Amino acid sequence: MRSVLPVLTVVAVIVALWYAACVPMNIKGVLTEAERAGAAVQPEGAGARRDLPALRLAINNGFAVPATWAQDRPRLPAPHQVAAELWDTTAMKKITSKRSLVYHGWVTLSATLLGFAIGTGLGILLAVGIVHSRVMDMSVMPWAIVSQTIPIIALAPMIIVVLYSIGVQGILPKAVISAYLSFFPVVVGMVKGLRSPDAMQLDLLRTYNAGKAQGFWKLRLPASIPYLFASLKIGIAASLVGAIVGELPTGAVAGLGARLLAGSYYGQTVQIWAALFAAAILAAVLVGLLGLLQRLVLTRMGMA
Amino acid sequence: MDNHEEVIRADRLDLTFQTNDGPVHALRDVNLTIDKGDFVSFIGPSGCGKTTFLRCIAALETPTGGMLSVNGMTADEARRARAYGYVFQAAGLYPWRTIAGNIRLPLEIMGFSRDEQVRRVNDVLQLVDLEGFGGKYPWQLSGGMQQRASIARALSFDADILLMDEPFGALDEIVRDHLNEQLLALWARTGKTIGFVTHSIPEAVYLSTRIVVMSPRPGRITDVIESPLPRERPLDIRESPEFIEIAHRVREGLRAGHGDV
Repeated sequence: MRSVLPVLTVVAVIVALWYAACVPMNIKGVLTEAERAGAAVQPEGAGARRDLPALRLAINNGFAVPATWAQDRPRLPAPHQVAAELWDTTAMKKITSKRSLVYHGWVTLSATLLGFAIGTGLGILLAVGIVHSRVMDMSVMPWAIVSQTIPIIALAPMIIVVLYSIGVQGILPKAVISAYLSFFPVVVGMVKGLRSPDAMQLDLLRTYNAGKAQGFWKLRLPASIPYLFASLKIGIAASLVGAIVGELPTGAVAGLGARLLAGSYYGQTVQIWAALFAAAILAAVLVGLLGLLQRLVLTRMGMA
Repeated sequence: MDNHEEVIRADRLDLTFQTNDGPVHALRDVNLTIDKGDFVSFIGPSGCGKTTFLRCIAALETPTGGMLSVNGMTADEARRARAYGYVFQAAGLYPWRTIAGNIRLPLEIMGFSRDEQVRRVNDVLQLVDLEGFGGKYPWQLSGGMQQRASIARALSFDADILLMDEPFGALDEIVRDHLNEQLLALWARTGKTIGFVTHSIPEAVYLSTRIVVMSPRPGRITDVIESPLPRERPLDIRESPEFIEIAHRVREGLRAGHGDV
């Protein structure tokens, strides 16, 4: 409870900075609209104002400042505008509506979860292989690292085109991109986790003449669980990014990525920001749920 | 024990590690026999090869020369036949297993039946005085209790040989005294052959029927002392003249080993 005050303070500072930033970002547009509506603006004419610093304009035309927080299509929407849009498109719309962020969120979430499942499974399998086979360690790990250096935004269209040409469409191409982003942290974390037992622990199993499989199930796997959860938290956030990126190049009509795209086509900045926040909230919820699961599992295992 | 049944025999044992700075002679010309029911301590400064020798017996290291037999087999055959229980300096209990679960670990690996596992876990918990703690997790126990649990784990599958590598090295003196007393009682009850690495002279003298004094560079045996102390040893035996005399001889042996390096 004692941490509430500092947290709220930080939030308040961010919101205040955000409101302040709206003034210089939006002032020129507001003044142009005001002049068109017949108000007296200093100096007159959009051309004269173009090269003046935004702050000077705001000081010269104090009356226009409140309007920078209430434009229809601001460059930077104010916090309350984004909040209103979020409320309007989640709580106030039927979730089957094409204008509902819940609907779009679910489209993205389903691809995220499928991709996360594929990526996690693949990541664990690769990690097991890497830990047990020197050949795989030498051959797979470099490629896994290389795979993450390619910008996903460049790769996503290719994945979608290639999959489309072999008849795969719908949720799967997006999930593949999600999996592509999320398998890597799982590989890295699991390799570290599976290798975490020290020499003494391995010697102990040797004194029991335990086999490799027994060593895996009884020592390596349980020892890797805390590492796995750390990786899963990174992986699920990466999955969400992958699903959104997967919606961009296809001109998808549904999903948070589609909302971002449509918003930028039509200059609907409020819609873009609302979709961004929806994605951020979704990611926070997913990571939070994993954190809860982690607490539950580790408590159950006696390690928390 | 009167019948001198030979359990461990090392004949001109050599172990040389190849390192970047050249070969390191961890063991050189080590000759020793350990009889059934012996309590043998290995004492010496660090680098004298006492732990390495114990690890050779356990087939965790492979000698580069000489002959080593355990229970009439090679060390590695003996390891595969699960001839010994090994206790490390750290308890090394799995944090995700309860105390009973940790003791069950070797039993699961060796394929004991469920009923047998339960029976043996209860038996050894009693043996190390940890009844009632089977359901606890390691972090809920003190360091001394954790080490006792690790001894129980090594005893659970009832191997004839118990190898202990500075098992009480990380514990404070009072706990150590207590555990030494318990270990002697346990040894008397089970009749196991025990190999015990330590760097504490009183500990070695108090526990052992034989004390093997070693010295470093190269690691070798400089003295083997047969203890005249009776098998029954109360803690205050450490103030007796016999005890002090043996301790003195061990100290002399250690000093001599140091002198001729």
